[in-house]
Amino acid sequence: MSKFKKKKGGEIPAVNTAALPDIVFMLLFFFMVATVMRQNTLKIQNNLPFADQVEKLDKKDLVMYIYAGKPSQNYKQFGTEARIQLNDDFASVNDIAAFIAQERASKREELIPFLTTALKVDSDANMGLIGDIKQELRKVNALKINYTTKKGSVFGRD
Amino acid sequence: MAKRAAPEVNAGSMADIAFLLLIFFLVTTTIEVDSGINRKLPPMEESDEDVIIKQKNIFTVLLNGRDQLLVEDNIMELKDLRKAAREFLDNGGDGSCSYCKGKKDPSSSDNPDKAIISLKNERETSYKMYIAVQNELVAAYNELRDARAQALYGQAFTEMEANYKDVNWPGNKEKLKEKIDQIKLDYPQKLSEVQ
Repeated sequence: MSKFKKKKGGEIPAVNTAALPDIVFMLLFFFMVATVMRQNTLKIQNNLPFADQVEKLDKKDLVMYIYAGKPSQNYKQFGTEARIQLNDDFASVNDIAAFIAQERASKREELIPFLTTALKVDSDANMGLIGDIKQELRKVNALKINYTTKKGSVFGRD
Repeated sequence: MAKRAAPEVNAGSMADIAFLLLIFFLVTTTIEVDSGINRKLPPMEESDEDVIIKQKNIFTVLLNGRDQLLVEDNIMELKDLRKAAREFLDNGGDGSCSYCKGKKDPSSSDNPDKAIISLKNERETSYKMYIAVQNELVAAYNELRDARAQALYGQAFTEMEANYKDVNWPGNKEKLKEKIDQIKLDYPQKLSEVQ
């Protein structure tokens, strides 16, 4: 009977939390969009060549990256010849030894023999530069290398 | 008079919209896994003693500055390289290789253990071409190893290696390792680069 209906007044109504997941998702999206997976900002063109006999390069913490290629559009003042990039900046061949030493110092000692050097080189670069890099790596005894490529056939793609 | 509750906006489908967006980003985001051709550089210290290798056991691949291939003194197209390398490696000229299916040509390599591929490039060679050649040579080895593994264990070599790396693979890893090593022993990858 309506006469005995409980009175609603007095209690504070519960806060509506229906929009909470949306706020969380919004944050999630923001981070998804803003997160950059690549550690280094590339200042060079880096169009990797294709190969199909590839092996996966897992254990990302055991990889040292050496980039090479022509300076990209914004860095035209550095010339049109292929350059090496280590970390975030252009480098010369002589800097590689120091770079490897620095990378090794930042890893645990027992992991050092497992370090691999990944060469991410633009497909238009010439082998002279690669030869110099390889020579430099041999000097510091960093012998495990990986020519990073895209997966695909080596024929008919230019 | 009792306070009248404000009418609520129906937010039931909000979650669905959020999920739709989430799934869209999940699908479009690619977490890059790098892959490439693994190589091992030769150590710096040169041994003084010269190892004498018979000319017929060396398969020379020359890459000039204009990205042209010269294989065993003949001009060759990239697409024919894999087959030529296979024939050279699988030749088995001295008959000591019981599993070789090659022509047993006495003027080509003695057995896969002795056969060496020598790759020489010039400074002007493009990286793309170099990778393509490396890829073809590795492919020749992989094809031979695959065939050998198929004959011995009924499984492709590349599959065996993938299983070995797979953490979730249920089989016996030590046995698999033995098998892989056996195949690697039958067709050792001897690829030398001339500086």
